[in-house]
Amino acid sequence: MPYEAVIGLEIHVQIKTRTKMFTAAPYQYGAAPNTLTDAVVLGLPGTLPVLNYAAIEKCAKLGLMLGCEIAEVCKWDRKNYFYPDSPKNYQLTQNEEPLCIGGKVEIELPGPSRNVEGDHRWVTLNRIHLEEDPGKLTHEAFETVIDFNRAGIPLAEIVTEPDMNSSTEAVAFLNCLRNMIVYAGISDCDMEKGQLRCDANVSLRPVGTDKLGTRTEMKNLNSISNVKAAIEYEIERQTEVLKGGGSITQETRRWDVESSSSFSLRSKEEAHDYRYFPDPDLMPVQMDRSRIKELEAELPEPPLDKQRRYQESFKLPFTLTSVLCVNRELCEFFEEALQTHQAPKQIANYITNDLLRELSAASESGDCALGVGQCKLTPSHIATLVKIIDEGVISKQIGKEVFTEMFVTGEMPDAIVEKKGLKQSNDIGEIEALCREAIAGNTKAVGQYKEGNIKALNALKGPVMKATKGQANPAMLDGLLKKLIDEG
Amino acid sequence: MSETPHIDIDYVANLARLDMTEEEKSKLGSQLDDILGYFDKLNSVDVEGVEPMAHAHRVANVWREGDQTGETYAPEILTGMAPDHRDNQVVVPKVVE
Amino acid sequence: MSDLHFKTITELAAMLAAGDITSVAITQSVINRTAAVDAQVKAFLSSDPEDALSQAKASDERRVAGKSLGPLDGIPIGIKDTLAVKDQPLRCASKMLENYVSPFDATCITKLREAGVVIWGRLNMDEFAMGSSTENSAYQTTCNPWNLETIPGGSSGGSAAAMAAGEAIATLGTDTGGSIRQPAALCGVVGMKPTYGLISRYGLVAFASSLDQVGPFARTVEDAALLMEAMLSKDPLDSTSIAPQGETNYAAALKEKKGPWKLGIPHEFFGEGINPEVKTNIEKAIDWYKGQGCEIVDISLPHSELAVPVYYIVATAEASSNLARFDGVRYGHRSDEAKDAMTLFTKSRGEGFGDEVKRRIILGTYVLSSGYYDAYYLRAQKVRRRILGDFEKAFEQVDAILTPTSPTPAFKRGERADDPLAMYLSDVYTISVNLAGLPAISIPSGFTESGLPIGLQVIGKAFGEADMFAIANAFEQSHGYYKMMPAL
Ligand SMILES: [Mg+2]
Ligand SMILES: [Zn+2]
Repeated sequence: MPYEAVIGLEIHVQIKTRTKMFTAAPYQYGAAPNTLTDAVVLGLPGTLPVLNYAAIEKCAKLGLMLGCEIAEVCKWDRKNYFYPDSPKNYQLTQNEEPLCIGGKVEIELPGPSRNVEGDHRWVTLNRIHLEEDPGKLTHEAFETVIDFNRAGIPLAEIVTEPDMNSSTEAVAFLNCLRNMIVYAGISDCDMEKGQLRCDANVSLRPVGTDKLGTRTEMKNLNSISNVKAAIEYEIERQTEVLKGGGSITQETRRWDVESSSSFSLRSKEEAHDYRYFPDPDLMPVQMDRSRIKELEAELPEPPLDKQRRYQESFKLPFTLTSVLCVNRELCEFFEEALQTHQAPKQIANYITNDLLRELSAASESGDCALGVGQCKLTPSHIATLVKIIDEGVISKQIGKEVFTEMFVTGEMPDAIVEKKGLKQSNDIGEIEALCREAIAGNTKAVGQYKEGNIKALNALKGPVMKATKGQANPAMLDGLLKKLIDEG
Repeated sequence: MSETPHIDIDYVANLARLDMTEEEKSKLGSQLDDILGYFDKLNSVDVEGVEPMAHAHRVANVWREGDQTGETYAPEILTGMAPDHRDNQVVVPKVVE
Repeated sequence: MSDLHFKTITELAAMLAAGDITSVAITQSVINRTAAVDAQVKAFLSSDPEDALSQAKASDERRVAGKSLGPLDGIPIGIKDTLAVKDQPLRCASKMLENYVSPFDATCITKLREAGVVIWGRLNMDEFAMGSSTENSAYQTTCNPWNLETIPGGSSGGSAAAMAAGEAIATLGTDTGGSIRQPAALCGVVGMKPTYGLISRYGLVAFASSLDQVGPFARTVEDAALLMEAMLSKDPLDSTSIAPQGETNYAAALKEKKGPWKLGIPHEFFGEGINPEVKTNIEKAIDWYKGQGCEIVDISLPHSELAVPVYYIVATAEASSNLARFDGVRYGHRSDEAKDAMTLFTKSRGEGFGDEVKRRIILGTYVLSSGYYDAYYLRAQKVRRRILGDFEKAFEQVDAILTPTSPTPAFKRGERADDPLAMYLSDVYTISVNLAGLPAISIPSGFTESGLPIGLQVIGKAFGEADMFAIANAFEQSHGYYKMMPAL
């Protein structure tokens, strides 16, 4: 009997606020241990939580971005469980009434090859709720040490419906979700920094049936490749159990990166009894509907919508949109460049090839990754460059040289062309003389051309370009050579 | 709740992370059975349709505005009170999971 | 100047203003009195005479410089061990917090410091405020100064006994189910519990968050009113705190408001379980009000019988979660037998908490646990609304409600130690007030044959403190029981 996998994900995302969810202590990744705490973070006797409104707004914004309904009232529950990273031994969370209800995320599956766009589909969300991050445990040989800096960071927990059927879909979902969250400025979603963390629920059912099978929950999937590997491992493990006539135990499993396998943490019988109840220290917040309308108006265009628009109105190919549209900054850069010069394809080419290449080369030599906003190039640099190429002022080839120069110096391309005397040569007399020289010097190539081998012409172009330092107008050169050979 | 209520002390003590001797547990067990029996009084009142009340006063919309950072504690405040610490981190016996 | 320690705040403030005495003299008198009698009373867990004297000296310097902060400037006030005072021990009378020192001030302490109060000593209590006799302290059993064989009431027994014995001019306590009013009644002093939300809970070690309130013990109603005025605040650190509303110049208002008032007498409070001497005493007090022209209205609080079960479900549920933070990880007691994460918690908590605390944690954990939440916790919250409804209905007819504070006078130590249910029933007249979030005050109303104090409880409308004080003040000033001191 063939089986089909059913996958649901729970994703914790750290919301980018200056201060914590329930107190004004700041947060910064990488700070020295226990330097970002206060009485509330440490759960000292007598402390009380106070809501950070910025976190509520950002979570609502995330919900709007993902098509959720925003609850009328934002309420808090206590989830009671003991763990050394939890300063109060209860987590403030939203059990009964999440801030964001429902929602759906458009995902793009990988195509048959990198350059070909894959299918799109929608993944349904169950909810998004707010909660607080615990501290960070580091396990040493015989002891565990605790840093409470992370404790109290606002977390959005995004829960999908069991709506995916393969690790490929799960990975596509995570990538698309991450793009949207970064777009909306809610989080940087750096999994290495723990800003996005994922748990996966996996079950199997016979193909063609509707009823969900018994699921297992996989914890500790701290990179996209872990998510993929763990889901695949679990599908295989469950398939073998079922094919062997066994049944799946509902349990929580932990993915072990070292051994690329998972092991059972606890069964359903040992499951936590969280004793949720409404938190008596926090008061409900009525979500202001007019403010929600404002937040909605501030939302960025989702990446896949943008991709569609670029393909339709700018006729950009998928090879360009797939690179451009995952990065909001790049898109803004691109659209601003279009204001100067309407050549979408050429500009997009410069951004996705030359600009990204130079940026990554620069960050490899430097110590941090450079963003578009941090380099010397502005949209008008690139637009102007494309413009002077289109106007025939310089050749494409010279354009590459000008690009490298302006990336380093930040000078405008026309100034560089002027200063270095790179203007394309249109002096027909000079080029004609050089062409005659070239034809005379390579009778073999001339012969081949005459026999119908058009490519042989290239051997004649080379010396001319060399002599003009690349400044000969290629179209003019082409025409001249043909004319002279035909005449000759 | 209509049958005589009885607490599974072992289960609850484990949830509450309380170590108790067998003697403590059995004494507590019978005391709590009495108390739960007394709680049966609650069944005498009809609460159909009554909204549960978590607080006496309806206060809403209390929050901190502006996301402005406040003061932090020097790590010495934590290490000064922690039963065990090293390099500004709190030390506990090895946590497995 | 002799016996300064038995004077009222208003008397001392007048003497200070006239330059007849100094704060150092008052403070020294209190220190001397404590040194003389506390070996018998055992009200203090710790005190720092030097620190108190230096605060007093600063107060005297302010006064000399013409910068007195008002009637409380220079008055030494004892603090229940559940309120955080910066750099002082905060043990909640528990082994769990044996060596804990608070790094911050509770908001009510900050407010009192702003009024110039001399913060004096840490007062004994039932461990984590759980109890009605102060026999549940891990350190010592406080005695009732009127009869050292009897209990002072609880949980703020140390605060009440210290007042009665002249070891402080006033004290602070906390009241979750009667923990200020019941010991005040049993020790023959004034004790007052404000409307929920009027005094910040920040820095009060939480027992039951939706019920806890800080309040004063004083010799007179006027003194209590002065302390209340000083502590009022809408605290940004406590989301449940409420801006003061209505008449808040309590001390001035209590002299102006002369009645006659409409006073409700709930017949349910005079039935089964009440001590005959207490009953006669309170009936006499009611007759006195009648003689003053007050209208006495027979009212009904039909759900008051259910207040005990509702209270012990709500309070223990919240407590089980509030006390989870005491786990031996970041502060407080850690067991030597902690071998792993589990025993770190179970052994530390098993050793750190006393019997009553364990009993309530177990009870509270149980009523929230899977399968029991609806039957106990949720149902209790619904009945809680019924109890509030009873009061709302009654207050449509009356200005205040008069009841005994405690069904019996002080009982012998050990008498109810093994019968928790009997002990819980000693709160029967006070807890419904906490469930409904109302203000109430207990004032001395006479003595039993054997010389034990009896207390009259005046319950006010929500935020009706001004009227409540005036009603209590009228009786107090005409009877003068506050001038009686125990022979020690
Ligand atoms: Mg979850
Ligand atoms: Zn979560």
